[in-house]
Amino acid sequence: MRKSAARKSSKWAGGALALFAGVTLSAVATQPAAAESKQLTLCWAAWDPASALVELGKDFTKQSGIEMKYEFVPWTSYADRFLNELNSHGKLCDLIIGDSQWIGGAAENNWYVKLNDFFDKEHISMDDFVPATVVGYSEWPKNTPNYWALPAMADAVGWTYRKDWFSRPEIQSAFKAKYGRDLAPPKTYEELKQIAEFFQGREIDGKKVYGAYIFTERGSEGITMGVTNVLYNYGFAYDNPKKPYQMQGYVNSPDAVKGLEFYKELYRCCTAPGLTNAYMQEGLDAFKSGQVAMQMNWFAFFPGLYKDPNVGGEKIGFFVNPAGPKAHFTQLGGQGISVVATSDHKDDALAYIKWFAQPSVQQKWWQLGGYSALKAVVDATDFPKSAPFAPQFLESMAIVKDFWAEPSYAQLLLDMQKRVHDYVVADKGTAQQALDLLVKDWTKVFGEQGKKVASE
Amino acid sequence: MTTIIHPENAAIEGIGEPCKRRAGVAGKTWRARGLSDRAIAWLFVAPTIALLLAINIFPLIWMIRLSFTSLNLSMSYLPLRFVGLDNFQDILTDEDVWARLQTTAQFVICSVALQVVVGFGLALLINRQFRSHSFWTTIILLPMMLSPAVVGNFWTLLFQPQIGPFNYLVSLFTGLPPSSFSMTGEVALAPWTIVLVDTWMWAPYVMLICLAGLRSIPDYIYEAAEVDRASSWRQFWSITLPMTVPFLMLAVLFRAIENFKMFDMVNLLTSGGPGSTTELVSITLKRAAFEKWRTGYSSALAIILFVTVFGAANIYVKALKRVKQR
Repeated sequence: MRKSAARKSSKWAGGALALFAGVTLSAVATQPAAAESKQLTLCWAAWDPASALVELGKDFTKQSGIEMKYEFVPWTSYADRFLNELNSHGKLCDLIIGDSQWIGGAAENNWYVKLNDFFDKEHISMDDFVPATVVGYSEWPKNTPNYWALPAMADAVGWTYRKDWFSRPEIQSAFKAKYGRDLAPPKTYEELKQIAEFFQGREIDGKKVYGAYIFTERGSEGITMGVTNVLYNYGFAYDNPKKPYQMQGYVNSPDAVKGLEFYKELYRCCTAPGLTNAYMQEGLDAFKSGQVAMQMNWFAFFPGLYKDPNVGGEKIGFFVNPAGPKAHFTQLGGQGISVVATSDHKDDALAYIKWFAQPSVQQKWWQLGGYSALKAVVDATDFPKSAPFAPQFLESMAIVKDFWAEPSYAQLLLDMQKRVHDYVVADKGTAQQALDLLVKDWTKVFGEQGKKVASE
Repeated sequence: MTTIIHPENAAIEGIGEPCKRRAGVAGKTWRARGLSDRAIAWLFVAPTIALLLAINIFPLIWMIRLSFTSLNLSMSYLPLRFVGLDNFQDILTDEDVWARLQTTAQFVICSVALQVVVGFGLALLINRQFRSHSFWTTIILLPMMLSPAVVGNFWTLLFQPQIGPFNYLVSLFTGLPPSSFSMTGEVALAPWTIVLVDTWMWAPYVMLICLAGLRSIPDYIYEAAEVDRASSWRQFWSITLPMTVPFLMLAVLFRAIENFKMFDMVNLLTSGGPGSTTELVSITLKRAAFEKWRTGYSSALAIILFVTVFGAANIYVKALKRVKQR
């Protein structure tokens, strides 16, 4: 009895050993295969174009056998999350689609791989891309042939409006009676304000609507990305074009003061209540719920809005950021794609960039909902007809202007967020005081960075 | 098995001299094995001390060191400069920092005062026996069990001017149109909004501490007061309140320290806005450290805040001790 039990248990032990050996052997046998399966992690913001990129990336995996993994973070924490990652020399991202203003810091701190040699070797020419995107997303120092990214997602601030409301005869006649002109998408900010005032509080289809949606967000970059669209066009400049970093008299010029006052007036007269801390998503919600007549937002969202069943299609129209009394610019958005210097898969990451730069891939990128910066795509004769917002996009990309892209951009941005929000939303002080304080803040930041700031 | 009898306990044990010898033998046995009592004690304490040093003391010393430097992580290519007390001077002469400290002090005073009043009131109610007493206690305690992130998002929705129920409730009582005011977006209302939400969340905590105080008052004191025909009002002023004061002071201490550090809930509700109206000093610190990447400056600010809270708490604890002695 005891013997048979012993025999039984030794059989079990033998079986278990054989199973263990089998599992170990098969694991060893499959190891080379596992090592061969390559993977790249691409970091970006979580928004509509990111979904298009995932779709596009399937072709790359098919061609190269390299699996693509994505790390998408909401816009409000995008900068915090990824700048922290880059600062700490983390290995989470192999490729990163970083914001345009990061380029200075990324280059100076060696967070990104410099791409000049790679571009030369693969015959990728920056002349093939829209000039504003090359300067904005790739170059550091600006306007020098030092490239740290490939323009990946061209973007700018644009406007959407309720075409269906604008075309209603009763609204048209009421507007003409009041302002003596036809109701049409505004060409200037004065016109935009009139239209916004006209719609503010009006009842349409039994619902109270509001004039305009503009950016007011405090925490990240929202209100700055909104107010600059007005400031540029009223005569604001970051510094003296002849004396870099001389901000006195440019940032706080009388024209810039008028621009800031105008943004506050627009916020006070013509926006929906409660939008005191609102950025991209709040704008989309306000427009999609039929609350506003006109919406300021990034072109990146326009394909999604055009497809919206409630406000898209024939109901939506698009227009370029209106001109001001002094100039006509719009805020540059968008990003370039870079290889992270601490990545263990730099060669694969460069292979992705090589693949992404191909005209056929760029064409598909545009078709899927991304915005290509390749001239071959955007300068094609049929491009303006390829989407209802394509002509406005092309026009906008020719008049873009960007925020500082210095290594200290985060400090510069947060200072502006504070000063502008304090004045526009919290009604604190005057526009002149806000901009004077901004000059003081920025002078201090550049001083810490070791830049010489001329006061006059 | 070796029994160790400590020499001091020898008399209690009633064993005397032979025991001391035995203890000596035992000690020798341990030493022979290479571990004394002291060594074993250290062995047990060492991991905790190592952990404390690694995650608490070392970063603190490192932070003190950084506070005297110009380190900015977004410009780490710049040489690290020793700037002496410049960061401290910058902070202490910065009007904005003083304004943020003022905002924080106002928030702490208003919210703690309101929490003490509401919490003590709730404790007086819950201290009585009534039907469904446990059910109501649980309901009252619910807010403090929620995460501040959940509370922040949840109240943001409640305060939404166009669809939020809070504005509709106010309009029911006042007749004001619901969308005519914004609790989180108006300079006059936003500071009260954060006080209101913080009180909603933490008054139950004060209630718990007060309840412990109320239940610690012996019944015979009230019985003696009743024999002396003291009114309920007199009993409250002469017995209940004085005997719960140490508990109330403790609640004030805990809540004041917590509110001085308040970040998450306010950040989610208002992001410090409108403008800088509700920007507490903890939000300023977070922005300086992790958005502007001014590591040297933010280290100095963190030290100033630490010293402020530590100093104030120490003075308060001394006052608390004096009250207890009375």
